Amino acid sequence: MGPTAKRTWIHAWLFLSPAMILLIAFTHYPAAVTLFHSFFSTPRGKREAKFVGLENYETLIADSTFWTVLVNNLWYALATIPLSIGIAIAMALWVDSKLKGRSFVRMAYFTPTVLPLIAVANIWMFFYTPGFGLIDQIRGAFGFAQQNWLGDPESALNAVIVVAIWKEAGFFMIFYLAALQTIPTSLREAAAIEGAGRWYFFRRVTFPLLMPTTLFVSVNAIINSFRLVDHIFIMTEGGPDNASSLLLFYIYETAFRFWDTAYASTLTVVLLLILFTVAIGQFLLLDKRVHYR
Amino acid sequence: MHFTKKLGIGAVAAAMSLSLAGTAQAVDLQFFFPVAVGGKAADTIEALTSEYAAANPDVKIDAVYAGSYQNTVTKALTAARGGQPPQLSVILSVDMFTLIEEEAIVAFDDLIKTDEDKAWLKAFYPAFMENSQTGGKTYGIPFQRSTPVMYWNKEAFKKAGLDPNTPPATWKELVEFGKKLTVKDASGNVTQWGVRIPSSGFPYWLFQGLTTENDVILANSDGNKTNFADPKVIEALQYLVDLSAKHKVMAPGIIEWGATPKAFFEGESAIMWTSTGNLTNVRDNAPFEFGVAMLPANKRRGAPTGGGNFYIFKDSTDAQKAASLDFIKWITAPKQAAKWSIATGYVAPRADAWETAEMKAYVADFPPALVARNQLEYAVAELSTYQNQRITSIFNDGLEAAITGKSSPEEAMNDAQQKADKILKDYR
Amino acid sequence: MSAARAFRFDYDRALSTTAAWALALVWFAPLIYAVWTAFHPTEFSTRFVLTAPLTLENFAAAWNAAPFARYFLNTVLLVTSILIGQFVLCTLAAFAFARFEFRGRDTVFVLVLLQLLVMPDILIVENYRTMRFLGLVDTILAIGLPYMASGFGIFLLRQTFKTIPKELDDAARVEGAGFFTILMKVYVPLAKPTYLAYGLVSVSHHWNNFLWPLIITNSVETRPVTVGLSVFASTDQGIDWAVITAATLMTSGPLLIAFLLFQRQFVQSFMRAGIK
Repeated sequence: MGPTAKRTWIHAWLFLSPAMILLIAFTHYPAAVTLFHSFFSTPRGKREAKFVGLENYETLIADSTFWTVLVNNLWYALATIPLSIGIAIAMALWVDSKLKGRSFVRMAYFTPTVLPLIAVANIWMFFYTPGFGLIDQIRGAFGFAQQNWLGDPESALNAVIVVAIWKEAGFFMIFYLAALQTIPTSLREAAAIEGAGRWYFFRRVTFPLLMPTTLFVSVNAIINSFRLVDHIFIMTEGGPDNASSLLLFYIYETAFRFWDTAYASTLTVVLLLILFTVAIGQFLLLDKRVHYR
Repeated sequence: MHFTKKLGIGAVAAAMSLSLAGTAQAVDLQFFFPVAVGGKAADTIEALTSEYAAANPDVKIDAVYAGSYQNTVTKALTAARGGQPPQLSVILSVDMFTLIEEEAIVAFDDLIKTDEDKAWLKAFYPAFMENSQTGGKTYGIPFQRSTPVMYWNKEAFKKAGLDPNTPPATWKELVEFGKKLTVKDASGNVTQWGVRIPSSGFPYWLFQGLTTENDVILANSDGNKTNFADPKVIEALQYLVDLSAKHKVMAPGIIEWGATPKAFFEGESAIMWTSTGNLTNVRDNAPFEFGVAMLPANKRRGAPTGGGNFYIFKDSTDAQKAASLDFIKWITAPKQAAKWSIATGYVAPRADAWETAEMKAYVADFPPALVARNQLEYAVAELSTYQNQRITSIFNDGLEAAITGKSSPEEAMNDAQQKADKILKDYR
Repeated sequence: MSAARAFRFDYDRALSTTAAWALALVWFAPLIYAVWTAFHPTEFSTRFVLTAPLTLENFAAAWNAAPFARYFLNTVLLVTSILIGQFVLCTLAAFAFARFEFRGRDTVFVLVLLQLLVMPDILIVENYRTMRFLGLVDTILAIGLPYMASGFGIFLLRQTFKTIPKELDDAARVEGAGFFTILMKVYVPLAKPTYLAYGLVSVSHHWNNFLWPLIITNSVETRPVTVGLSVFASTDQGIDWAVITAATLMTSGPLLIAFLLFQRQFVQSFMRAGIK
């Protein structure tokens, strides 16, 4: 390194180091140590942690709850990501158009962003309550029998997914709304003159132009599909029989209710592996499609 | 691992020197207590501790409201691991084995010397002591305790042509009454269910009412062996499942615990099972006349107990331990226990508390308060084992699988027993 | 254009207006319910009769049942400290990435980007261990610390800083200004919309964050409103929706009103920040 390069290097690190120290301390270090701890047993009272090799991973493979939770989480991701993005785009298009009562509609879409999920989960629970809950009151008016949305393993996960989509879509809408307003109106006018239909215009012009936003939002949606478990604490606690439990919720239970930190680390390793895979895919995609460099 | 261990020891040493320095003359006690909602319970605890402090100027009690039971045990354990535990705390009675395994608490037998103290220990209801003793030693003192009871809607009973003052006393009657109480509208949809036994979150607790009535105990008193696959347990579960699947007197699927009182008030169900802790709530909010009864019997009467005990923590001086014991003795004495019970609806844990004038007046005014106490005669220890949270969670999963029809009661219970055995075999 | 076409167009529009409104009602329903229930006696929390009497009792009951004023203060302290930490740390780091050419920059940047996906939220077990080692368990600092160096913030500010023409800071350097002065005088003012947009995202996120605060706090003195609400709602006594909705409105009311008032500016700042 030449003297100038060295000076630049020192300067750069002076600016970087405060953030990097915290970043490493609370992201990279714990990620690495998680892997390390997954090869040890959980210390309990008299018994100290000891190296157990792959024993925790053997437990993991034999743990039927883990597999249920993993499949649940993949379904949760598969459902929430495209649906919340799709709804967010529709919302943004509506709010961006000359809709009657546009400001109310925009406000309505946006409220979930500001309401704490942990509190709203109680309200959703009332909506889902069989018999006298809101959904059943409406259904009852049409002569339908009551339905136990949260208490039936067939519907519990989907009921929880609906709440997650409700929470996310309005937030994603903001990003699309900002993006839509940068699309020149001349494009739309030109398309109108050409006689292009609205759907055609959306498919051939708007959607491709929104692509960078979609990629950005989808990163968010992916994180949320593994991170957003607040409402599960209130609505189902993962039940019935783990039908609505998700990975992070199971990690929480294992670590802070069962006090089995070693197994919780092992579960976290699985979650990290999933996210790393996504990260690699995402960065490759980002690099190709959007020039962030 | 070496790295963390070493640091851990350093922290413990530092904390110990701190706590030694802090206890020169007057005795300082830190006391964690759980109250899910502030209000009455928290106020009563604070009033009682300051009353004690006023009478004992050489003892300083710092009462810390630590949130829910879950928060309290977490906080106490974390503090104990860091070498700075509270001196005493109210924690769930079922967490006893966890606290023992963590070597966080001491047995009361080691602190009790006089005959008078021994007599004091004997005066608690035996049903409550079951969850407080193991291996011949007493680790917890009952304080914030409850038990499930049955509430019924007298108006609904009248409408169904039943005697509003006679609740179902047996399993058979529960089904019979339930059938009469289940009301359908013209299109065949149910508008009122006969029975509601909530099964969300911690279904094992109310289910333990059924197993006890079927004359079977779910876990041994050493906390290292469960009895989930016993035919009598399976039979009890079959009965619970049949209430909705076969007899159709209870809503299908998992029934939410939290929405249960509201469902009762709304007339969604005519009978509900829930904690005695709901007495005041139901008394204030039910828009109809209601009754409170013991759970119905099958082979016998029965119910689990629930709630929190006092524990004394190990990592404190002898003077602190003696002061803690003195405080516990004082707060569980008849007068204080009665005050506590009246304010909160928890069951006063000693017979002599029910003999006080205050308590007698309260019971005369509100007789349902007696039901819980009378049920104690038939009550057993709440399910509690080593690795308690994990074992009950396995058991809950099994119950939920059977209730939702995912597996038969037999499959579900055999599966739960197998999983529990795998974890508990290390403790035998 | 034929009449048929024009008709079809209107039909389209009507359909889309209806759909937009239907969706808006569904999205708004929880808030409508919360307002209804909080202002009516508890027996009306499941019955929607227009003649139901209004009351403020639920707010009084919620206020007396839990120390919400303290929870609220904790949340405000938490959100402010995180915001300040994020602004300072992310600005410095973003500046380094945007304006310095140094060995290993791309690798370090990838490490930062990694945090977009591997957030501290999922590393609860190890981060709890770290906090215990640091003796920070049950402090407001411990809730905020893992979030202060935010990959998202660094990324966002770097993108903004990169759009600022280099000539501007060259000119400043000719005048003898140091890096820090240039950052404060040139870059930060020009990135205002980004700060606003990012700040709003950060505030709404941390105001509502639950899992990590639940784990790391144990006492009234540190608990933010989300954890306070959950402790308050999970009782043996069953759910009293009237009081819970009152508590919800009370604790998220200020944020809700602020965001509803400033939503237009919110979207505009996103647009100008070039987040898209």
